[in-house]
Amino acid sequence: MSISISKLRAVCAAIALLFAVAHPAAAQLSFKPTAEAVQEDQLLKALKEGDKISGRISIPDPMASSLIQPAGREWRDFQRSKLPVIGAVAIIGMFALLAVFLMIRGRIRVDHGFAGIKILRFASFERFTHWLTASCFIILALSGLNISFGRVLILPLFGPEAFSTLTAWGKIAHNYLAFPFMLGLVMMFLIWIKDNIPSKLDLEWIKQGGGILANGKHPPARRFNAGQKGIFWIVIIGGALMSLSGWYLLFPYIPANVTELQFWTVIHAVIAMLFVGVMLAHIYIGSVGMEGAFDAMGTGEVDLNWAKEHHSLWVEEEQAKGRAPDTGSSRPMPAE
Amino acid sequence: MARVKFLCDADRCIECNACVTACKNEHEVPWGINRRRVVTINDGKPGERSVSMACMHCTDAPCAAVCPVSCFYTTADAVVLHSKDLCIGCGYCFYACPFGAPQYPKVGNFGSRGKMDKCTYCAGGPEADSTPAEYAKYGANRLAEGKLPICAEMCSTKSLLAGDGAIIAEIYKERVMKRGYGSGMWGWKTAYSDSPTG
Ligand code: HEM
Ligand code: SF4
Ligand code: SF4
Repeated sequence: MSISISKLRAVCAAIALLFAVAHPAAAQLSFKPTAEAVQEDQLLKALKEGDKISGRISIPDPMASSLIQPAGREWRDFQRSKLPVIGAVAIIGMFALLAVFLMIRGRIRVDHGFAGIKILRFASFERFTHWLTASCFIILALSGLNISFGRVLILPLFGPEAFSTLTAWGKIAHNYLAFPFMLGLVMMFLIWIKDNIPSKLDLEWIKQGGGILANGKHPPARRFNAGQKGIFWIVIIGGALMSLSGWYLLFPYIPANVTELQFWTVIHAVIAMLFVGVMLAHIYIGSVGMEGAFDAMGTGEVDLNWAKEHHSLWVEEEQAKGRAPDTGSSRPMPAE
Repeated sequence: MARVKFLCDADRCIECNACVTACKNEHEVPWGINRRRVVTINDGKPGERSVSMACMHCTDAPCAAVCPVSCFYTTADAVVLHSKDLCIGCGYCFYACPFGAPQYPKVGNFGSRGKMDKCTYCAGGPEADSTPAEYAKYGANRLAEGKLPICAEMCSTKSLLAGDGAIIAEIYKERVMKRGYGSGMWGWKTAYSDSPTG
């Protein structure tokens, strides 16, 4: 043995001394593992609106690192308490309004009766674009409303299995018809934007209430009157917002987190309700509400007297271009 | 009937992920789906805490409230379960869930997420108890066999507690009294408005 006993003793004494010196220091530190521990209460209190408590996670799914997101509760309340109210006001409210309007004003007739002469209002491509967008819209609206309210309105009628199958198909329809709808929207924008730029004439039209409130009053209008321009811009802007918000729902991995997804569903759902309400009015005036209006999108040809009453300046333009029968006067012809 | 709950005593959790592994194994949960996970708050800083989290089986559950096809139901023990036959994979329950519990088998664009999967509190689904059909969709039904969820049973530090909400809350409070600290009953305020029985 090369290490002497005395050397060993010296080392031991040194270690003992170290302990003797170190120990009071350790006692002073009195390390408490909990002193700085995170507290759920404090974290919850520090949360900002829509925020969440998150941390590090060892599984490769970044969304899983969110631990608690109390905002889920608020989104639940939106879906189950607020959205039904918004939907009821916008949709049932609009039905009620239109019913009252029909009762008071009745169907808007062609004041001078039909002339029996037709004038082309919408070419086949325009009608195709309109009906492409419209048919997609109707199915999107029905399948979308089914997502929002089906479980309250339709589930009790169909039972869980049939309703679930219906909703699954509705969801597929909603997801895929979104694309032809967006295409139709772009086409509409391109072919009709030139006739939908607001002008001074529109102010006059609005001042006279579009002439729809009283018989025999018809403010002048070009191809589209202020009301129709309004519908155009509501469709374009509303449709764009539906498409943007719908896009995020369609591809839920684009938004970074759940809070953003909640935000886009709220936008999508609220605008959907308002949009459907406005479109109901549009459908009403284009069918039941006004005599002769449906032909414009049906056959594409409208009666000359209808055109002169509602779009006097447009008829003059068409006549000047030789695209409409020249009756010599811009005044509607007496009925045959 | 008891009102069962989960409680993770974060001051005991050592982030070993045994609960996660046990769950995956017990129910043969597919790759990519995690019914339970462990999240570490303030990782690497003094006072970091790990919390094991799964579906909390909320009172008045947000997922159930928003599901467009209303496919959730609550058992007599207050376990929140759902029917995969009815689920249309829309993702709404995931948006509403405060705990990120709902999981989907597919990374779903075009709403092709597949049927939602989540922690069942080891209580299976709407199929007859402990049948192969139930096992294939929802995993084992330990509750039907009188056993508690495997994650809590496996927990080596007894951090994760499962059972009657009133009892596990009592156990936790006793622990906090004895040792003099506790970082909180994680998720209880959000899931049950903090009430042990609610
Ligand atoms: C303009 C016509 C549309 C209407 C009226 C409409 C209406 C709705 C409504 C009411 C909901 C349910 C919202 C809720 O309850 O939270 C919904 C959901 C949804 N919408 Fe639309 N939507 C339209 C267009 C679109 C478009 C253009 C897209 C895609 C780009 C889209 C994608 C979605 C998606 C992904 C959902 C979630 C549910 C699901 O997966 O089917 N929607 N929509
Ligand atoms: S934790 Fe999520 S999935 Fe579980 S009951 Fe609550 S809301 Fe539903
Ligand atoms: S994903 Fe399934 S369970 Fe979740 S809300 Fe949609 S239909 Fe309901």
